[in-house]
Amino acid sequence: MATATAQPAKDEALLELQRRMLRQMLLVRRFEEKAAEAYALGKIGGFCHLYIGQEAVAAGSLAVLRDDDYVISSYREHGQALVRGVPANAVMAELFGKATGCSRGKGGSMHLFDAGRRFMGGHGIVGGHIPLAAGLGFAIKYRGGDQICLCYFGEAAVNIGAFHEALNMASVWKLPIIFCCENNRYGMGTAFERVAAVTDVVEHACSYDMAAELVNGMDVMAVYGATERAAERARKTGHPTLLEVRTYRFMGHSMSDPLHGVYRTKEEVEEQKKRDPISQLVVKLKEEGALDDAALDALDAEVRAVVEAAVQFADQSPDPDLSELTSHVLVE
Amino acid sequence: MATTVFMEALSPTMEEGRLVKWHKHEGDAVKAGDTLAEVETDKAIMDLQARADGILRQVSAAEGQTVPVGKELAVIVAPGEPLGAGRGTGDEGRVAPSPAATAPAPSPAPRHSPPAAAAADAAPVKASPLARRMAKESGVDLKLLTGSGPGGRVVRRDLETAAARPAATVSASAPVAPVPPPPSPVPVSRTDASYEDVPLTQIRKTIAKRLAASLGPVPHYFLTTEVDMERAAEAREALNRDLGDEGRISFNDIVVKAAALALTRHRACNAWFQDDHIRYWNEVHVGVAVAVEDGLITPVIRHADRKSLREIGREAHDLAQRARNRRLRPEEYTGSTFSVSNLGMFDIDQFTAVINPPEAAILAVGSVTQKPVVADGTIVARRRMRLTLGCDHRVIDGATGAVFLQTLKQMLENPLAMLL
Amino acid sequence: MPTLTYRDALNQALREEMQRDPSVFLMGEEVGVYQGAYKVSRGLLEEFGPMRVVDTPIAELGFAGVGVGAAMAGLRPVVEFMTWNFAVLALDQIVNSAAKILYESGGQVPIPIVFRGPNGAALQLAAQHSQAWESWLAHIPGLKVVAPATPADAKGLLKAAIRDDNPVIVLEGEMLYNTKGDVPEGEHVVPIGKADVKRAGTDVTLVCHSKTVVPALKAAEQLQEQGVSAEVVDLRSLRPMDEETLVASVAKTNRCVVAEEGWPHCGIGAQVVDIIQREAFDSLDAPVLRVTQADVPMPYNRQLERAAKPSPEKIVAAARRVCYLD
Repeated sequence: MATATAQPAKDEALLELQRRMLRQMLLVRRFEEKAAEAYALGKIGGFCHLYIGQEAVAAGSLAVLRDDDYVISSYREHGQALVRGVPANAVMAELFGKATGCSRGKGGSMHLFDAGRRFMGGHGIVGGHIPLAAGLGFAIKYRGGDQICLCYFGEAAVNIGAFHEALNMASVWKLPIIFCCENNRYGMGTAFERVAAVTDVVEHACSYDMAAELVNGMDVMAVYGATERAAERARKTGHPTLLEVRTYRFMGHSMSDPLHGVYRTKEEVEEQKKRDPISQLVVKLKEEGALDDAALDALDAEVRAVVEAAVQFADQSPDPDLSELTSHVLVE
Repeated sequence: MATTVFMEALSPTMEEGRLVKWHKHEGDAVKAGDTLAEVETDKAIMDLQARADGILRQVSAAEGQTVPVGKELAVIVAPGEPLGAGRGTGDEGRVAPSPAATAPAPSPAPRHSPPAAAAADAAPVKASPLARRMAKESGVDLKLLTGSGPGGRVVRRDLETAAARPAATVSASAPVAPVPPPPSPVPVSRTDASYEDVPLTQIRKTIAKRLAASLGPVPHYFLTTEVDMERAAEAREALNRDLGDEGRISFNDIVVKAAALALTRHRACNAWFQDDHIRYWNEVHVGVAVAVEDGLITPVIRHADRKSLREIGREAHDLAQRARNRRLRPEEYTGSTFSVSNLGMFDIDQFTAVINPPEAAILAVGSVTQKPVVADGTIVARRRMRLTLGCDHRVIDGATGAVFLQTLKQMLENPLAMLL
Repeated sequence: MPTLTYRDALNQALREEMQRDPSVFLMGEEVGVYQGAYKVSRGLLEEFGPMRVVDTPIAELGFAGVGVGAAMAGLRPVVEFMTWNFAVLALDQIVNSAAKILYESGGQVPIPIVFRGPNGAALQLAAQHSQAWESWLAHIPGLKVVAPATPADAKGLLKAAIRDDNPVIVLEGEMLYNTKGDVPEGEHVVPIGKADVKRAGTDVTLVCHSKTVVPALKAAEQLQEQGVSAEVVDLRSLRPMDEETLVASVAKTNRCVVAEEGWPHCGIGAQVVDIIQREAFDSLDAPVLRVTQADVPMPYNRQLERAAKPSPEKIVAAARRVCYLD
């Protein structure tokens, strides 16, 4: 009896988690689609790197984190910011460069910050933020806390020195960090195997005596599980973990890049789209009877409304005052 | 092959010259040795001569303009030679051609046209920002100054020198016929102004520089004595009667002669102070201060101790005349070992004169006047004259100066002693 | 007032600030067990332990980034570079992270960090180890840059740097570590952005900072013997730069020579000249001249090295030229 009653409760909690992650993934998907549209309309400028196809990584990993943990990422961070809880309005307004943006319109797509949510930024230099993650981990250890730092980067960053220097120090100093490598197979237009001698990123962990795990990034629960294990390791022992999360981006490197270009085929992209993490989760939830078409439509309509409202909010928000030009260069 | 005409150093101390008048003009044919222009140096007006045959071209300095030594004034080209051919390069100090220079040859223009003010105005003035500010604040026209900085740049010290000169107005007296009009770049005075700024002429600048270098750094002291000139006056009258029209001897000539002789006996007073040494002269060259338009100059009577009174008189007269006409050659106003300054003709009884460095002494001569004097217990009228010797104490100590003055007094009171 | 070496003045500043504020820590190569490559951190490991005096691997980019990350989390790291020549590897973290995160986060994330270490040439260390980096660093908005010349300024400016909520670059002089001077005890904080007139004068202003203060003062003495009164202005802070003191000095002297250890092209002196021509134009009686390192990589040979460096003689020559004496 006891087991019989406990089991459904646990299942219900799991299903609830999955439904929540589904909503997050859908929100990110619709948000990014709208961002692409706004970019095409000239409302968003500069570089704009979309997360479409990789939603399960953010949703699965961030579901593990506490509010007092740190998150830091590269420039493909819209999805992570949204999942972390940065309001869609603030993210879209930032993409629009508006004063109401999460970085007051001064950072843009690549530099989303929300210090209150300990979202410590998108960073624009490939791999440059990985040592920063080590520093955040260092600060946690310095203060004796049990927080962790979750650091996202692409597989191309593995070829840069900062990655190795940071992993070495994180391991030798035992810093509570999850290095989450989102391996989407292409650094801009260059296939990873063309420029990396070691193509399994997890193997780099051996060089630094670090725990590691290879994860299916199209399966949100797999990401969740691996992150949960890494987080526990970090909180309990202080040891860092390298996760290689295999994923795929369905869009070009940035909005100024073609969908597939000459570095990958249309067929490859179409083939990968069959592994769409959202579709997979929808199928799974439907199989478990936790979701039906009506509920899915309702969920989709709800997130579309959120995104639509975000666009309107961003559109109607004011540009930063010209005085913002010179503020925040230094702390006064 | 074109020959460049430069502002030449026409006196030993000249750093710049004011172009008084062009004798040749754009397009004129010139021969080597021809006088191209008159240039006012720091001492005199000199002729600038052509160093080649040809046609004068590209006259780039206007009359009235002050030009540093070495700066290009014009070129002399062969007839038909294109302009610019063979001109030196890298002459960074070159004066930018004024409008006058690029205008058609002004040969038909009247010879005595006033200085090309428009051309001078248009020429860019090189001045440091500070000098510009100071000029603006003090109301000085930079164009009227000459720069002592690199490439003729007007710098602070030039403005300070300008500010240090005494307030002066331009003399209204007409110059003597052959003398060119005194360089007077001063605009017509605004009669309602409470003051008038008159730029320094070359000679006044030199006077200012030299005298400031004297009374300041040179430790002066002065010794005065009164000389009975009765016998000297009698001798002078007699001599002048004999000389007739040949030229008259002045009291000053007698003083010069007496001083020169006294100096041969008191070498200590015939000396130059030279920073780390004193040069005692064995020759006696007496400078005689002459007032000239806008200043003074000291032509030199060389070997005055060996010259007769008549020679001294004639020479002094000639030098003074030419000094007033600004026609002295540099060697005629340099190299004196002792100077005499006489203001007796202005009824000045007694005065102190400023030493002319590097000389160690100067004699200031007052007027010869009748005074009541006690002689043999009775009051009689005698012609008396006061002498003041200014001494550089670094060279001449008090007693040394006094002994010299005593010898001089004895010679003047007993002119026959000069024959000994 | 106690006399200390420049090295010990820095040590005192570090110790006092670490005692005062537990969020201050020191990290870098050889700062702990070895007691500092130049012994600036002598005794600190023993007093504060390995969590606050952190020996790092030779990985400038990495540990500079760790410092910035720790600052993002609110700690106040002092990152020591064994020399600034090696810090060039960390420029991405200094320029792209430390200097920009406050701005690109719209003011949310301050970076209260100090990067410090010896800068400029020492003796016969050849090209890669003899470089002055100030113009690289002072170029970057979001950074403050100081370069103390005396033990007192070294202490006061390092304390100010550690207390500042911004990234501050402290350029120390390798050849200055052994120099001695009076250093006020305890609370001695020199405000960043204030130049210091190290010697008053009336005829020419000699602008210098860090190591060039020494030859500038020597030059001023030599000039005095030649009848030229030189005022020596030690910039101390290169960003922000004390325009007021510079302009006041040049307004007085009308002439200026700028000495620095860097190369001439786009150097600190170029910035000083910009300020002077802009703010003191009407005070200038002569062009401003600069004395810099020769525009070459630093040679090893002692004589060539000497010829490459700024010297009192070179400063005197430049001063005489701006005074129109030569």
